[in-house]
Amino acid sequence: MTDVAPPPPLSSPIWQHPEFRRGAREMTGIALGLAAWGLVTGVAMVKSGLPIPLALLMTFVVFAGSAQLASLPLIASDAPIWVVWATAACVNLRFVIFSAGWRPYFGHLPLRERLLHGYFTADLNYVMFMRRFPEPKPSADQGPYFWGGVAINWVTWQAMSLLGIALADRIPTAWGLGFAGTLALIGLTGSLLTDRQTWIAAAIAACAAVAAFALPFKLNIVVAIAAAVAVGIVLDHFKPTVPPGVAS
Amino acid sequence: MSTWEAAISILGLGFITVLTRAFFLLPQREVPIPLWLREALRYAPLAALVAVIAPEVIMKDGHLIQTWQDARLYAAAAGALWYWWRRGILGTIVCGTAVLLALRFGLGW
Repeated sequence: MTDVAPPPPLSSPIWQHPEFRRGAREMTGIALGLAAWGLVTGVAMVKSGLPIPLALLMTFVVFAGSAQLASLPLIASDAPIWVVWATAACVNLRFVIFSAGWRPYFGHLPLRERLLHGYFTADLNYVMFMRRFPEPKPSADQGPYFWGGVAINWVTWQAMSLLGIALADRIPTAWGLGFAGTLALIGLTGSLLTDRQTWIAAAIAACAAVAAFALPFKLNIVVAIAAAVAVGIVLDHFKPTVPPGVAS
Repeated sequence: MSTWEAAISILGLGFITVLTRAFFLLPQREVPIPLWLREALRYAPLAALVAVIAPEVIMKDGHLIQTWQDARLYAAAAGALWYWWRRGILGTIVCGTAVLLALRFGLGW
């Protein structure tokens, strides 16, 4: 990757670059769904029993809605820390796939830059960036476009999350609005149900998680993931088509 | 969980954010993605989500719920139907929450 010339140093600040503004503008157009997600996550953190300082720590450090929502019931029910981490890592696995997609664009940057880019890439950034730069080659416009989108994405997310944290105490727990977090996860799950195998794997995971609920340490989550992954892989191998990986 | 345990969990979650999002950006050189990992990647996120959701919807205090008069069931169904129909997470949240609040305040479920 060293043969790729790094983008020339920018003479003016990055936020004056036209691509920064373009990235910001395009992200603004789709920020409404993101705003709702952030609000729900903010409310859910406090409603799950997290003290306000920890909710603030979580929103500013973790910056990953689905992993936060998935780990909240586990933290609330005293699951061991490693189960919380393992669950969040699994929920975040889609980002591992995305990171392979980022490689052709940002792989030439120094390690510190690569880590920074990685930390700030939420789902929407990936979608928007790949639409803007379909050709997997580095170019000088990509950095400004990327950071323009990140700026809007981060600010929208954190502002709404903070609003959610602030409002949570004014909303009675009896209303059950913490359930909005579960609803958001249901939508996210829907986006992953793409064919018969994924539906079967999901059904296995649901049954296993409920059937093994009595296990200590929230191990039912681990059991469910193991069972669903095993069944999914077996189903893939019985499917008489091109194996995954070759096709892509 | 005690406060400091929760704080450690949260810091670890931040580390997981960086690790997963930068995963294939971390090595200096290009790394091929092994086939078994590709296959597991397809199902693990789905399984983790469903494993968290299912007990939140159909269990109460560690047991399967024994009644149909539970607002969460219909809220979850309404959200899922909305997603199936319109493919939007915002609508899923709004629609499910509306059903939840309607049943909770209208029927006391």
